[in-house]
Amino acid sequence: MNRTAVLLAGVLLTVASSFVGLVVIPDWQLDPLAPVQAPDGTMQPQKPTGSVAEGRAIYSELGCIYCHSQQVRPREFGADQARGWGDRQTHPVDHIYDAPPLLGTMRTGPDLANIGARQPSRSWHHLHLFDPETTSPGSIMPPYRFLYDPVSRDGAGPPETALDLPGEFDDPDYWWVPTDRAEALVDYLLSLDHSYPIDDEL
Amino acid sequence: MSEMADEPGHPEGDPGVPPRDRDVIRRARIDESCRGPVMFFILTAVVWLLVGTVLAIVASVKMHSPEFLANLEPLTFGRVRPAHLNTVIYGWSSLAGIGVLLWLQARLCRAPLRFHRLLYGVGVLWNLAVAAGTIALLTTHFNSVEWLEFPVWTAATLGVGFLGVMVVSLDVFRRRTKHHIFVSQWYLFGAVFWFPILYVLANMMIHLGMASGIAQATANWWFAHNVLGIWFTPIGLAAAYYFIPKVLGRPIHSYYLSLLGFWTLALFYNWAGTHHLIGGPLPVWLTTVGTVASMMMFIPVVTVAINHHMTMVGHFQKLKYSPTLRFIVFGAMSYTLVSVQGSLMALRTVNETTHFTHYTVAHAHLGMYAFFTMAMFGSIYYLVPRLLGREWPSATLIRVHFWCTATGIFLYFSGLSWGGWRQGEMMNHDTVDFQAIVDYLIPFLWSRSFAGILMTVGHVAFAILLWKMWRGKEPTGEPALFPAKGAPKREEDSLHDRPPESKREESS
Ligand code: HEC
Ligand code: HEM
Ligand code: HEM
Repeated sequence: MNRTAVLLAGVLLTVASSFVGLVVIPDWQLDPLAPVQAPDGTMQPQKPTGSVAEGRAIYSELGCIYCHSQQVRPREFGADQARGWGDRQTHPVDHIYDAPPLLGTMRTGPDLANIGARQPSRSWHHLHLFDPETTSPGSIMPPYRFLYDPVSRDGAGPPETALDLPGEFDDPDYWWVPTDRAEALVDYLLSLDHSYPIDDEL
Repeated sequence: MSEMADEPGHPEGDPGVPPRDRDVIRRARIDESCRGPVMFFILTAVVWLLVGTVLAIVASVKMHSPEFLANLEPLTFGRVRPAHLNTVIYGWSSLAGIGVLLWLQARLCRAPLRFHRLLYGVGVLWNLAVAAGTIALLTTHFNSVEWLEFPVWTAATLGVGFLGVMVVSLDVFRRRTKHHIFVSQWYLFGAVFWFPILYVLANMMIHLGMASGIAQATANWWFAHNVLGIWFTPIGLAAAYYFIPKVLGRPIHSYYLSLLGFWTLALFYNWAGTHHLIGGPLPVWLTTVGTVASMMMFIPVVTVAINHHMTMVGHFQKLKYSPTLRFIVFGAMSYTLVSVQGSLMALRTVNETTHFTHYTVAHAHLGMYAFFTMAMFGSIYYLVPRLLGREWPSATLIRVHFWCTATGIFLYFSGLSWGGWRQGEMMNHDTVDFQAIVDYLIPFLWSRSFAGILMTVGHVAFAILLWKMWRGKEPTGEPALFPAKGAPKREEDSLHDRPPESKREESS
């Protein structure tokens, strides 16, 4: 064989073998995973549908992932579980319906793998998204006011879904009402609950 | 003997012309053949560097002052940040990398580039695709798969476009007029195969859903790690392997070390990607493989470091006057640093602290900026005067460029490494309130914005220099070297120098 052929063979083999090893084999190894039965009888995880699926897409396009992970590490590894971010390590089963999984690599903000269980209040999430300072003074999370519509206060009382902004954040001219996107995003956040037990060890 | 030299009536084939002048003419012809397309790649790359820098500053300021430009959805942090990454990766780094790759390959093969129209087509296509992809990130839905956020149609365009680069560089490789293959050529040869394979496969697995669940995450990091390790790194190393001996006018220290360095890099880099998922929800064997491969990376890294250092030894004073060498050596040293740091970060005990923090971001810029970007700056300082037949118009602007970017990245790296490490430590103590960590980080985030402004000043100086070069009509005569004692009249790497790599190499 001449040198070029050796070079070409080496170049192709090294990359092909790692593709098989790190992508194809894991895909094949994890393919048989199926939902598990939770203590309440439901099958978990559930496939995101309707507004939860929409909310997931909004989470993705607003880039929440660049500040928030969705993976709990093992008990002795870091303080994820001690911080109350989850009771067990995240398992591949938790992500069987996720395309792509939103694991994240950054924790400028807390992990959100179980935020639906930790913070089940809809109105809290709306206030927090509208302006994180309302619920978390000193937060550097961006405000998502563009997910809310202003409604002039000229008319009668507040619309049913208007945000109940605390004191100094109250807007004297407008009520602020969640758009469909804001509602879907909160639906998605509330759906994030992987507290069902999984026996299988990694 | 070159192909062209056989052309009848050509001065290179003319026995009356002395061999040394024949070399000069041959090199001038190769540079001539690169001028249009390579300048196109480099100039548009620098436009993307400027766009990416603006996006970087916006993202950086938003992190400590979240009310900055907060009410426009296209400028929300979660959109600007991927727009920054994708413009600097697929715009600046890849376009500059392609330009440098093509020129180096032509020079080392001693054959002119062909298929200019194809290259212009590829250049235009890439630029349009990156522009459309970036606008899509700012305005429409995208999947937040890190490093692969571009919509499928953008990715497809980039992938197809790259085939053109492959064709042209393999064509020149096939027509090489020396039997011997230089170290730099192995890296460049590998890179033109590796990038399209990685990019196309990863997009298929993830965006076309050919893998599912966690396998998409491993595909994601197989790609994102490899695009650094076997696309940008080989180009950066090829540049260092070419320019250090070239500017010094002395051979590379050891051919055999280069050989070892290349093959161990190809072997181990490929398997290291899962170190991005340590502690994550995947079978333990996968992250263990990533850690082991990362440790093995010490071999290529140390061999490259020894090789470059031994070549430089005794010649460090040349850093005083050669802009090319200054940037390239800065890059080569950063390569050693970032790789040693990376191998350590792949250890479970270290990763436990650093994984989710700004420490990783500091490492990322040590790699993509202090190593790769600086190596590209150095290469551009060398090749543009040769392509355009003019010398850089201002040594002062080059100095501004070097010192602003060098101090900028130093500040960037040290601030975020310190802050990021403490961030990780605090995060691993559940007694520290999360908000206390956020408060602690704010001064460090400010230091990054400040560093970013310094780097921006450097980039603007560089853009002005390039613009003047491009627009300049007359040859400016004197080369822009930094005046220093013992500086030669011309940079050693003038048109009258020896072939780039070692005697030892050639005799091998
Ligand atoms: C610039 C980084 C950043 C971005 C982008 C970001 N966040 Fe946050 N997030 C934070 C920080 C910092 C905190 C902690 C302080 C606080 O509660 O606001 C936080 C807290 C949260 C919390 C409360 C967590 C808890 O344990 O109480 C939720 C829920 C949340 N973010 C959701 C989101 C969503 C949804 C998005 C995308 C629309 C998003 N974040 C984007 C930084 C960010
Ligand atoms: C031996 C060589 C190297 C090793 C073992 C290595 C290892 C690592 C590790 C362990 C991480 C952290 C992953 C995490 O915790 O999230 C990382 C991130 C990163 N590294 Fe390296 N590294 C190496 C060289 C390089 C080089 C040469 C570059 C640049 C050209 C580079 C650029 C990056 C970038 C950009 C990231 C951030 C990726 C992201 O999260 O988006 N590294 N590396
Ligand atoms: C003006 C100088 C620059 C500044 C101020 C800057 C700032 C930033 C910021 C704020 C982020 C987001 C970090 C986060 O999410 O926490 C980032 C990410 C990134 N930037 Fe830059 N950047 C600059 C130049 C560059 C250049 C020139 C390159 C590449 C050639 C680059 C490559 C990257 C990469 C790879 C990431 C992803 C890091 C990760 O995921 O860990 N940056 N940068």
